[in-house]
Amino acid sequence: MGPGLARLEGEVARVLGVLRSTGAMMVEPAALQPADVLLDLYGEDIRARAFVTRDEGAELMLRPDFTVPIVRLHMDAGAEPARYVYCGPVWRRQDAGSTRPREFLQAGFEVFEGGDPAAHDAEVLGLIVEALGDAPVDLVTGDLGLALAAIDALETSAARKAALRRHVWRPARFRALLRQFGEGQGRETARRAALLATEAAGRTAEWVADGVAVGLRAPEDVAARVAHLAEEAATPPLAAADVARIEAVLAVKGDAPVALAELRRLAGGAPGLAAAVDRVEARLAAFSARGIAPEALRFEASFGRTSLEYYDGMVFGALPRGRADLPPVASGGRYDALTRVLGGGSGIPAVGGIIRPEVLVAVCG
Amino acid sequence: MRLKLGVPSKGRLQEEAIAWFGARGVVLARAGAEREYRGTVAGVEGVELVLLSAAEIPGELAAGRLHLGVTGQDLVREEIPRWSERLVELAPMGFGFADLVVAVPAFWIDVTEMSDLDAAAGEFRARHGHRLRVATKYQHLVRGFFEERGVADYQLVESQGATEGTVKNLTAEAVADITSTGSTLRDNHLRVLEDGLVLRSQATLFLSRAAAWDGCRPALDALSVRLGLV
Repeated sequence: MGPGLARLEGEVARVLGVLRSTGAMMVEPAALQPADVLLDLYGEDIRARAFVTRDEGAELMLRPDFTVPIVRLHMDAGAEPARYVYCGPVWRRQDAGSTRPREFLQAGFEVFEGGDPAAHDAEVLGLIVEALGDAPVDLVTGDLGLALAAIDALETSAARKAALRRHVWRPARFRALLRQFGEGQGRETARRAALLATEAAGRTAEWVADGVAVGLRAPEDVAARVAHLAEEAATPPLAAADVARIEAVLAVKGDAPVALAELRRLAGGAPGLAAAVDRVEARLAAFSARGIAPEALRFEASFGRTSLEYYDGMVFGALPRGRADLPPVASGGRYDALTRVLGGGSGIPAVGGIIRPEVLVAVCG
Repeated sequence: MRLKLGVPSKGRLQEEAIAWFGARGVVLARAGAEREYRGTVAGVEGVELVLLSAAEIPGELAAGRLHLGVTGQDLVREEIPRWSERLVELAPMGFGFADLVVAVPAFWIDVTEMSDLDAAAGEFRARHGHRLRVATKYQHLVRGFFEERGVADYQLVESQGATEGTVKNLTAEAVADITSTGSTLRDNHLRVLEDGLVLRSQATLFLSRAAAWDGCRPALDALSVRLGLV
């Protein structure tokens, strides 16, 4: 309203001017998105965070962010490579009594292009930093690729790696799984002693058939999982040193050059992890070439691990300096896997970021 | 202004609530005809009885249209976000016991704990192409419980009754439902998970912080003495 609105509109125009200077295409995805797409992607938890409505038959969700709508738009019609700019409201449910806004603006920039990921990561962060101007923020960056590479570097079964990857965005469950596959394996095996003995004797199908088979999950599904449980019980426990390494990698935080040295040390003897650390290093160099000095950047290996998004590579946030009451002014990251999921298997490397103009105005005072 | 006490308008819960108050010297009675939804309270001055559906009592308390009300803890926790800011539990009443539990088909010999349900949901989705469906009336409580336990690849399906039958009817693979003895679950070939207790609930006398209390304090004090709450 009044001067406040004029100021916000001015900031939005200025931010969009910077984002559009790249020649990116301006797009405006639908505010109402098919709820099943978002639910299949994020799970039921998103119901607590997004507004759901329905018309005849179909559930619809007010977009809680732009990532999924932009990917859908790109998959439908986009040529590659592509760069998109957008600005509009997003809607988030909040707890009763919360003063956080239910509706706020996001202005963003997304790059869909293969090739050198470090260069595109730096293009996005560089542009966002330019658009933030001299706003008082602390830049934090991270990389979900480190967690994924650390899982991949484990010397253990493919089933365990898949289980850990599935829960990489749920830190508590992830830790519980690490324990279950490591020092807790004995307890798991003990609680399933009867089941495992039955499987070893080849009598699982008989036991399953003792009960009445109700529902869509069929006796064969049960038998298949029992076989997987037997394989799990026969797999040696994760070595304590491997568990410690994964936890140490995820706990790395500090000024970017210090964090990089620490990651380098932890990756010793694990070529897959070392390659992920190489990617962090290449990215920091690309940031530097864009004028973002690594010394001015914080690095946290677990940054962005619990957010709504579906990031699987570089992530970043611009946190209001000395204002813990405010959300990040800007955030973003790489989401290659999400384009594969929404593209039905055919994906494209993608990275993007958003600025929240209302928060930007608030931090600039 | 009279203090409004909300009590379920029918069924076992109403009978037990009337008996509970009666045992403490507070006599609840309908006014006039059987269909009348107002009633009288003998034994304490200034209290008015309002009879309404047990399911509506949490919302009426939260909105402040009732000062006191008898309802299940399960309904309050499900329906009133941050309920403890608006409601106070004055007295658990010792009846209407109900456990909200997660149950799966008994023949799922591979699933005995929530962590198994999570793993089974992952495999189910890969094999069947959709998330494992859990039928419940308690969407809010169950979603919170599943999130806390780190369960992924599941989908909540709204069920307003006969939830135990949804698995047999192929509209869900598992349920989260209220049980008192577990016999209905067993009859439907379902089994409660060992760590699948979402909530233990019983009928409870709630006080509304949202109601206008001016002029109602003496009635509340008198009632509290009668009910042995002070």
